[in-house]
Order: sequence, then C-alpha cells, then structure tokens
Amino acid sequence: MDRIVCVQCPVGCKIKFEIVDGKIAKVEGNKCPRGLAYLEDELREPKRIVPTSVKIIGGNYPLVSVKTSAPIPKKYIPELMKKLRQIEINAPVKAGDIIVKNIFDTGVDIIATRTVSKNSQ
Amino acid sequence: MKTDVLVIGAGAAGMAAALSAAKNGARVILTDRDERAGGILNQCIHNGFGLHYFKEELTGPEYAERFSTLLENYQITLLTDCHVHNVKPDRKAVLVSPKGVFEVETKSIVYTAGARERPFGTLMIPGDRPSGIFTAGVAQKYMNIENRIIGKRALILGSGDIGMIMARRLTLEGVEVVAVIERLPYSGGLLRNVIQCLEDYNIPLYLSSTVVEVRGKERLEEVVVAQVDNNYRPIPGTERIFKVDTLVLSVGLIPQVELLWGLVQLDPISKGVSCSNIGQSSSEWIFSAGNCTVVYDLVDYVTMEGEKAGKYAAHYAKGERFETGVPIEIGENVGVIFPRRYVSGEDLVLYIRSKKPIEGATLVVGNFERRFEDVMPSEMIRIKIPSQKIMGFERIVVSLKEE
Repeated sequence: MDRIVCVQCPVGCKIKFEIVDGKIAKVEGNKCPRGLAYLEDELREPKRIVPTSVKIIGGNYPLVSVKTSAPIPKKYIPELMKKLRQIEINAPVKAGDIIVKNIFDTGVDIIATRTVSKNSQ
Repeated sequence: MKTDVLVIGAGAAGMAAALSAAKNGARVILTDRDERAGGILNQCIHNGFGLHYFKEELTGPEYAERFSTLLENYQITLLTDCHVHNVKPDRKAVLVSPKGVFEVETKSIVYTAGARERPFGTLMIPGDRPSGIFTAGVAQKYMNIENRIIGKRALILGSGDIGMIMARRLTLEGVEVVAVIERLPYSGGLLRNVIQCLEDYNIPLYLSSTVVEVRGKERLEEVVVAQVDNNYRPIPGTERIFKVDTLVLSVGLIPQVELLWGLVQLDPISKGVSCSNIGQSSSEWIFSAGNCTVVYDLVDYVTMEGEKAGKYAAHYAKGERFETGVPIEIGENVGVIFPRRYVSGEDLVLYIRSKKPIEGATLVVGNFERRFEDVMPSEMIRIKIPSQKIMGFERIVVSLKEE
C-alpha cells in the first residue's frame, strides 16, 4: 500500500492507501475524517492553509498576521504572496476581520489572525 | 502588594494557570516582561495550534487572544513590562517595571517562564563571528513582529519544528533557503513540517550533517558543512561550502529555570523544574508548568498542564496540602518523561520522549501496557494512565520495550 503523512494537524497520521482504477480502494491509519479529505486533495490537487502577514498603517505593530480561511491550491501560493506584499491596510483590525475577500475566485478569504489597535502616540 | 497566587510568565502555560487559579477562587497576579500577554505564541503566526484544546486549528496569535481576552473577566491583575528579579524563600518576589521596584507577597507561585533557545556560542563552531547568525526565534520575531527581513540567502541548522517553519517563512518572504542541516540521521521535528515546510518548497534536508565553520568579515559569507559519523564527529573530506549571508539556528530549547535556582529540584534530564502530576515542585508552595518543566511539542498540552498547576496552586493558597507522591523513573529506551512524581487521586497524564526511533514498541507503566506502531524522539507521546493501573507501586518505572 502507498503511504502518505497527513499535514492537517500536528498528529500527522500516517495514512496507508491503495488506488484501484484511479479510485481510492482502501484507506487506513487516519484517526479522523480530515485525513481522508486530505488524501483526496493530495491525489487531485494539493491544498494548504497559508499563514503570513500584511502591512498595517497607524497600528501599534507594523504587521498584522493573516491566514487563508481554508486551504487553497498550492499553485496559487507564489501569486498570493506577491499580492499580499502589495497590500497595506489601516488600523484598527480585529482577529477574524476579512482582509481580502474571495482571493483568486477560490471562495477563500484572507482573514486577520491578530487584533492590532490604533497607535495611541 | 499581596496576592494568593503569583504567576510568573504570561505565555500559554501562565495564561492558563492564571485563569484556572482565578476560577478556583484565588486572587491572581500574572506578570510578564513583554509588553503584552501571549508569550512566544504572538510571533508564531503559522497554523497548527489548538486542535486538541479548541478542536479547531488556529494560528499562534489567535490561540493567545482566546486566552488574553478571558483574563479581563476574572480577578487577575496583569502586569506587563514587568520582570521578576528575585523569588525569596519567605514567599516574596521582587518585581521590576518602568513604574519602579516593588515586592509581592504571595501564598503560592506558578512558575511558567518557558524555555530559551540554545545560542550560537554554545555550539563551539570555529571560524569568524560575523553578523547574519540568528536563532530561529529571533529571526521569527524580526520577520513576523517587526517587519524586518534578515538576509538574502539562508542556511538553516537544525530541523526542529521552528527551524522548518522558519525555512518556509523565509522562502515565502523571498529569502532563498538553500538547505536545512540536521546532525541526527532523522528529522528533529514533526513529519508534517518536513512535508509542508520543506518538501512543498523543494528545500533539501541534509541528515547526519553539521556546520563545522562559519566565515565572513562583517557579514556572514560562507558556511562549511560536513557529514558526521555515529558519534556526531565531522568526517574529514566531506566538507561542502554554502555561500550564504544568513544562518538560522534551530538547535534546541533549554527550560528557563535560573530564577528558581536553590529553591526547587530540577530534573537532571529535561533540565526543567521537576514536578508531580499536579504541577507541584519540590518546594511545596511553588508550582510549575509548560516549557520550563519539559519542552513540549504542542501548546495544547502546555495549556492543559498550566490549568492543572493553576488549580492546585489556588487550592494550596487556600490551605490544602498534598502528598509528595511516588517517584516516576526512566526505564528502557525512554529519553525524557514528565511528571517525575505521582500523587494519587487524579489519573496520571504522562509525557514521554523515546531515546531513539523504534518500530513496534510497547509502553509499560506499572500494570499498564500500550503498543505503538512507531515512536520517534521528535514526537512526544501523551498518554493517560488510569490510577488503578499504578496503585500500590512504591515507584513507577516507565519503559518502551522493543519487539
């Protein structure tokens, strides 16, 4: 059987699987359903959550950390980084705020993962 | 100032301990030398936190914010920009902050000071001493908090999780990462990070290799890497030169315990504060949790142990007393264990690192047995041992038996 390590969470289940006629015929080793979804994506189109940060103006920090609200296809990552490097947003920002909606038409948003208040000085 | 429980360090363990002590009715002072609570989580902008505790995957800042917003709802005094200078056996601590020097009188302490990174100087690597050499945590702070880029072309020494995560971070920010170098014959971090941080970005991982020389006049120019033998000695003739301006070190964490020197017993192997399963140190009024006791893989476990230590520190402050417990000892193939003493009443939650990778190992603890398909030193085992399986033992030996 083929082997793959699930990267959905730090447990890192070692999933064993078998492909028959292009379909997954047998799966074992995943401790949760996310492992199966990961395996399916990995075979068709690998996806990742991308954590990074964008510039923020007038905040108590120069950066606000962000992430994709769901895994996006790996092939978009370089383009995504390029786009986020050009963005500057204004403080304040709350964790959970949408920074970019529906990036590259994937249905995935870029959301803030940190609250940055306005610089009081 | 007077308090029931003084919590030193407002990272994951400290925030959990403070909340749990307050929920158990104690007045709490929570101190941190940084300007805000959250500790190292604030700079860990990657995802992977919270799956066990919150049942969802969060980034470091999100995980920290879940707790820091809760702190305001309880009787907790948060003192930031505040360094604990000294802890005295008469249950007083001397604190230093921009407001001045002052004393806190407490009934118990939860010590949650975390760990420090092993610095470059301890590695005894010959060569020049140019700029451009960073520990992974410092590099992470520069890039994720201060918006500073640390170089153009980087080599990473050590394949611990932070090293691999920084390899990805640097790559995404446009720094060329030429390789990750690991002294051991296997990766020092989680497998998922080998995949999503290195393989995803085609960053080579060189195993059984180490840095033998650094060269550069003012800024780092070259790093010499060689293969090592079974005793980690460089093999002459295998040297390779990498032309890089940046070297990032991810070569281990050391529990930060200096503040408690002379007050508590340390674990000779983890080098952290030696505790019982309720987080109590050898000094009955000092409790401890998190990376200053043993270095964990997952913050979720740090939170859980912090909560436990906070709860018992609050009970202690109210006058409850606890038994010393029976010793927990290291047996076959076990590298690190936590805790080191077992006090009956609660089930025993054990944290174990194996000494070496083993395929097919049986964990034996008292009358408890559990088989694992494979164990790795880089992946800490957490397991709950039911109290009836370890009752009546004068000492509890933990071993990993090979098949």
